Amino acid sequence: MGDNKLHVLKGIDAHIREGELVSIMGSSGSGKSTLLNILGILDNYDSGEYLLNNTLVKDLSETKAAHYRNQFIGFVFQSFNLVSFKNAMENVALPLYYKGISRKKRNLMALEYLDKMGLRNWAEHMPNELSGGQKQRVAIARALITQPKVILADEPTGALDSVTSLEVMNILKDVNRQGITVIIVTHEKDISEMTQRVIRLRDGVIEN
Amino acid sequence: MFDLDKWHEIYLTLSRNKLRTFLTALGVSWGIFMLIIMLGAGKGLENGVMQGFGDFATNSLYVWTDGTTVPYKGLPAGRYFNLNNGDIDLLKRNVPEIETLAPRNQLNGYSEGNNVTYNNKAGTFEVYGDYPDFMKIQPKKLMQGRFLNDKDLKDSRKVAVIGKRVCDVLFAKDASPIGKYILINGVYFQVIGLFTTTGTSGMSARETEAIYIPFSTFQNAFHYGNIVGWFAITAKPEYKASMVEEKVKDVLKKSHQIAPNDDRAFGSYNSEKEFGQMTGVFSGIRWLTVFVGGATLLAGVIGISNIMLIIIKERTKEIGIKRALGATPANIMVQVMLESVILTFVAGYFGLVAGVGLLELVAWGLIEFQVEAEMFSNPSVDLAVALKALAALVVAGITAGLIPAYRTTKIKPVEALRAE
Repeated sequence: MGDNKLHVLKGIDAHIREGELVSIMGSSGSGKSTLLNILGILDNYDSGEYLLNNTLVKDLSETKAAHYRNQFIGFVFQSFNLVSFKNAMENVALPLYYKGISRKKRNLMALEYLDKMGLRNWAEHMPNELSGGQKQRVAIARALITQPKVILADEPTGALDSVTSLEVMNILKDVNRQGITVIIVTHEKDISEMTQRVIRLRDGVIEN
Repeated sequence: MFDLDKWHEIYLTLSRNKLRTFLTALGVSWGIFMLIIMLGAGKGLENGVMQGFGDFATNSLYVWTDGTTVPYKGLPAGRYFNLNNGDIDLLKRNVPEIETLAPRNQLNGYSEGNNVTYNNKAGTFEVYGDYPDFMKIQPKKLMQGRFLNDKDLKDSRKVAVIGKRVCDVLFAKDASPIGKYILINGVYFQVIGLFTTTGTSGMSARETEAIYIPFSTFQNAFHYGNIVGWFAITAKPEYKASMVEEKVKDVLKKSHQIAPNDDRAFGSYNSEKEFGQMTGVFSGIRWLTVFVGGATLLAGVIGISNIMLIIIKERTKEIGIKRALGATPANIMVQVMLESVILTFVAGYFGLVAGVGLLELVAWGLIEFQVEAEMFSNPSVDLAVALKALAALVVAGITAGLIPAYRTTKIKPVEALRAE
């Protein structure tokens, strides 16, 4: 990983097909977050190849990486990572802003996606006025609005109670059913059991 | 393209910590305020002093005789001699660089007690014998009547132009002196004009304690023969007064049998030097102003730069989120730069307005309450300077934003997202 010669991942050979719903499991320190960062083009890797949509993603410039992230990948985080001073609609619309889509158009699209999440009435609310489940649904709407190839979800239910977790997982499964690849990083067994395939990581290598 | 979100975000960022933003902005406001005030005050000082000069020709020079200091052609050192009427034509012929040549004589009013009387009132004034051309060298403001003319000179008329102070001393209030006869050293002169000065300094006030009579009359009436006390000369605009001064002295040396190396035989005064000195002083003041004001401004700008760094630190996570969502480093940089420029510009603008406002207030006060400040008049900054200051602010804002903006490109999205 760049300057520090700490080898977290020690040889990952995996293929995730388009339209799959996959979970990556592992205890902390297993390298699952690092793998997710590489998949999300948030981080670089030293050796090997990462093909996203048949394109080699390696040593991209920051600008290019930002462009790919915007185009192909939607992120869902454990701590939601909504921008605190923007309301739900503006948060959902944010990725479109970086695509250069006009304010009017992107806000309309944002409302549409919020509607799909059942949050139409919460569009004008600020993140601190929403419950955890609502925040995560806003985040999912934000991840979906650019119509990405892949949704990368990093512990999407980590901060939620079991009922809300189930709701969120059902939404992600719905998303997957529309043909979008969904990759969920989790350490919860019941979450991973809801996915089609589980990739188990231990000490930087894939188990089994 | 007008991007509402961008501006909204700038507003939100800057208004999130109002006190901090205000204090930071104050640094820049104060810097530009001081710069403007100092420039304006410097200009006021310059205006004041230059007004003291009045219309006094700034390329004028004066030449008179002292004693010789070098023996020459059998003549001893320490010889005293006088300029005379013959020198007038000689100079006109041999020094074409001269624009105006005015021979002058003066009665030593102070040493002779009361020398001018009208009816039962008397006063001591300086009495000059002058050519009409002298008005071109030290213009006076005529209040009544006229100044000397060529006919007065040619006919050696016994006429006098008196200064305002002379009139105040000799004549009753509101009485016109024109046409009255005043007695100067036992000779009657008819008053034909009354003048005041265009300058404002104390020196100028004294100038109104003077009486001008025709040069020819002066020589006749006070037994000066063909003696010329001194020459007042202006150089043509394209020539330097100092150069003309040298040439005049050389011509006079020849006609009066003075050794060519006798530099002290003639005394002279050259307003160009003094004027040049003044101009030098003011340009020095201006540079000092720009330096001190600029440094103050720089301190303010560094303050902004610092605050921007702190703001970025606080927003690391938000920047990380945006980067993950597809914001390029350039997107973020532009945002930071804009914030910095806006903050600097708005702050600077208020400082500018406050500074110009204060200057205007002072200028208004000086006129409204008729403050006769001898060395200070009409403090102001011209529009060009104000605009330059504004342009400097924008550049300063960009500079202030540069380091913080560059810093944002070093933020890695992963690290930013990890930051809690």
